[in-house]
Amino acid sequence: MSDRLKRILAGIGSANTVTVTVLAFVLSVVIGGVLMILSDQHLLSQWGYFFQHPTDALSGSWDKVANGYTAMFHGAVYDPHAKQALRPIENTVVDATPLVFAGLAVALPFRAGLFNIGGQSQLIIGAVCATWVGFTVSAPMPLHVLLVVIAGMIGGALVGGLTGLLKARFGAHEVISSIMLNNIALGVLAWLIKTKAFHDPNRQDAISKPVKDTALLPAIHGSSPELNFSTVLAILAVLLVWWVMSRSTLGFRLRALGSNPDAARTAGISVSRNQVYAMLLAGALMGLVAVTQISGTLSASHAMTTTLDNGIGFTGITVALLGRGKPVGVALAALLFGALDAGGVAMEAATTPTVPHDVVTVVQAVIVVFVAAPKLVQEIFRLRDVRRGDIKGSGTGAAPSVAPATAVDSAAEAV
Amino acid sequence: MRLELRGITKTFGSVAANSAIDLTVEPGEIHCLLGENGAGKSTLMNILYGLLTPDSGQIVVDGQTREFTSPGDAIKAGIGMVHQHFMLVPVFTVAENLVLGNEESRGGPLGWLDRRKAKADVKEVSARYGLPVDPEALIEDLPVGVQQRVEIVKALMRDAEVLILDEPTAVLTPQETEELFTVMRGLKAAGKSVVFITHKLNEVRAIADRITVIRRGAVVGSAEPTASARELASLMVGRDVRLVVEKEPREPGEVALSVRGLKVTDDRGFLAVDDVSFDLHAGEVLGVAGVQGNGQTELVEALTGLRAATGSAELFGRQLVGASPRAVLRQGLGHVPEDRQHDGLVPDFSIAENLVLDQFDNKPFGGLLTLDLDAIAKNGADRLAEFDIRAESERTPAGALSGGNQQKVVVARALQRDPSLLIASQPTRGVDVGAMEFIHKRIVEQRDAGKPVLIVSTELDEITALSDRIAVMYRGKIVGIVPPDTSNEELGLLMAGGSGDEAEASLEAEAVEPVAEAVAEPDIEAEAVEPVVESETPAETGQPAAEETPAADQSSESADE
Repeated sequence: MSDRLKRILAGIGSANTVTVTVLAFVLSVVIGGVLMILSDQHLLSQWGYFFQHPTDALSGSWDKVANGYTAMFHGAVYDPHAKQALRPIENTVVDATPLVFAGLAVALPFRAGLFNIGGQSQLIIGAVCATWVGFTVSAPMPLHVLLVVIAGMIGGALVGGLTGLLKARFGAHEVISSIMLNNIALGVLAWLIKTKAFHDPNRQDAISKPVKDTALLPAIHGSSPELNFSTVLAILAVLLVWWVMSRSTLGFRLRALGSNPDAARTAGISVSRNQVYAMLLAGALMGLVAVTQISGTLSASHAMTTTLDNGIGFTGITVALLGRGKPVGVALAALLFGALDAGGVAMEAATTPTVPHDVVTVVQAVIVVFVAAPKLVQEIFRLRDVRRGDIKGSGTGAAPSVAPATAVDSAAEAV
Repeated sequence: MRLELRGITKTFGSVAANSAIDLTVEPGEIHCLLGENGAGKSTLMNILYGLLTPDSGQIVVDGQTREFTSPGDAIKAGIGMVHQHFMLVPVFTVAENLVLGNEESRGGPLGWLDRRKAKADVKEVSARYGLPVDPEALIEDLPVGVQQRVEIVKALMRDAEVLILDEPTAVLTPQETEELFTVMRGLKAAGKSVVFITHKLNEVRAIADRITVIRRGAVVGSAEPTASARELASLMVGRDVRLVVEKEPREPGEVALSVRGLKVTDDRGFLAVDDVSFDLHAGEVLGVAGVQGNGQTELVEALTGLRAATGSAELFGRQLVGASPRAVLRQGLGHVPEDRQHDGLVPDFSIAENLVLDQFDNKPFGGLLTLDLDAIAKNGADRLAEFDIRAESERTPAGALSGGNQQKVVVARALQRDPSLLIASQPTRGVDVGAMEFIHKRIVEQRDAGKPVLIVSTELDEITALSDRIAVMYRGKIVGIVPPDTSNEELGLLMAGGSGDEAEASLEAEAVEPVAEAVAEPDIEAEAVEPVVESETPAETGQPAAEETPAADQSSESADE
């Protein structure tokens, strides 16, 4: 055990995934700080006379960045001055919850070699099903919520499964068919909202009837925007996906065909069937995003609007990337993105002159760019190369696709 | 040019890939570097070519010490290298590939590419060294052997005096190998030196002027080309190796696999297996011989459920045609696929996971829902020891193993099932003599245990050593089933298409201008005429391996060392 610990410690200084991700975050925070300074006209004028009075520019910039990030911290994690000091972290968790599902919905098929870019359509059709069950069915509280959850999952799974089927049966590339399905789903949503079956007769704008109160996800704690049952579902989903991918035979099949479909087929694993399974699961997870949007607390109207997807289907891709396709990684990435979102709102409100919320968007994007370019991070911080997993793979170029196996990586693998 | 390596040492982590290696290459000699998979041959050559920097040691060219920090330095010093995997742009023509990086243009730096001069240069070099290549042919249309020739021309165009060939024969057919040897002799006559890296003993003895044997990163000795294969093998492996498979005669049992009228089409819709019938008995090794691309691949794919077929193939009375790969595996098939990288291994998976790839949902490794990770790990550790798979542990990803060790994983997976039928395609492809001896022994053990075994190999020596009967395939048909004591010459004639006269005639026709034809007619029409013999190497069409006696251990090696 202590030997393992030693290896992990030795690995931290090398360019392993964990170190790179952490440093990518550090770099993006620095760049975010620069942006904060650039967004302030007054500070820029102080930099203009930097050589006469360097202290003005330096201390002003320091204050600016420090205030900005302090406000973000207060908005996202803990605010000692507020009445409910832990309220910000609740906001973070609430913001992160749909991102967990969305990230998993991209990460899971990714391990099976499929790129799920169709989160938007899965989410929309999931929402259509969930909303319809939400305002038509009459059932007591826990049962109705359960029905809505199931309806959302089925709706998403249908679209995801369709993508998988098109790929497995007819060879349609999942990226192409997903993009088209996204457009189709948007059209279907715009049309459905105006139909008698869905449109709210009391409203002039494009919005559906609201779901019944019995269909709302029960709160866990506090008031609006409260922690609700969807967070519990998210934790369960993380555990379930982790179990499926690392402990189940289904996950074994999915990982095998993600890494080498020909070898998987030769070993008797049905490629087409398992591709459909992967996309069904992904769609169901996206359907859960829909449920949080409709029956959760983020939407005040508890009804479908034409913008209900909110780009979450695509944010899921970044979350999955940042989380390295691992369930726990996805959860952490979602929390980070949730914190940045929640903190960004607070920062915009708390700083004068205002630091725009867009800084947060840039920070999020910059993290992902650095994570996608680990060599760049390695260069900037002069990290050591990752130790090769195998002694035989030592000749450069002679050993293709050598999976770098460091102690830290294998530790990360374990979670 | 006289090339000297003095005390080259290179370590990766705690492993010394090269330790104090001395090597001298005289002008105009073919110098063979012989060693097992992972012995450090490629590392040494990568150092010489500037791809790796040695920890210590010197490279001396014509008495001057040189330091190579990139292949560019090595090229300037007159060293050329042909890698196992060609560095060519498939959609470019031969001429375009050859000038790539040294393009000459007319009218300044943004001017027109001087294609005419490029073509003339190519023609000039290829004529001077007797290396016929068509400058206008697209690389992707060329057979592997010609692509390799393009690589050699590329090195020569950059004035290489020493040419390093890294396992050049691994990807070649026997004909192409013979052509390469002719080219090598031509280069030698022109005063160039060739460093020939290989682990094939027969080739070494056929072509080498001097032989240096490397084992575990150190030079263990040099040998004369007159040394016997056995002497070379024991020098290479470090112990006495039996090159002959020991096999008691054995009465075959009942019919285990009965194939009747099997027809299989290939990816392009051509009939690749044409009305094949044969019986395989329990306790018998049936070897399928033939030049690659005569339907053996499709035959195996049909029997293993990977490819649709018509006709019948019954294993102990149960139909295999139309069954899924999974259903065939359920009937107890152990399958060593032809191409371990493509069809055998999941590179990201650990050795342990790869070992249970075809039975992870069977007891004790898993059930309907869950995997038993402990059982999988234990099985991995056991097989690691049993099959002498050289890796840190069973958790090492299979993609990080050397080629020979990867093959051991694939073979171990097929054998650990205690298969009711073993089908092994190229079972020892790319493994060194030591491992080959072991794998052959295990295959014979299967047979001695009364199991039916089907071996497909393009290596005649392997087929004759293992088989109780030999089925020869030519253009999708079994043209004869013969006893194992049939001479290689006779087998070669069968592999060339049945009757001896025909084979000789076609050989003569080929001999006139074999290369020109391959280059000039790379298009698909050429194959449509003879649809059955299609393969990745169109040049093989009508170029059967008649009188070839291939090397003892052929390999289509890729990722070793």
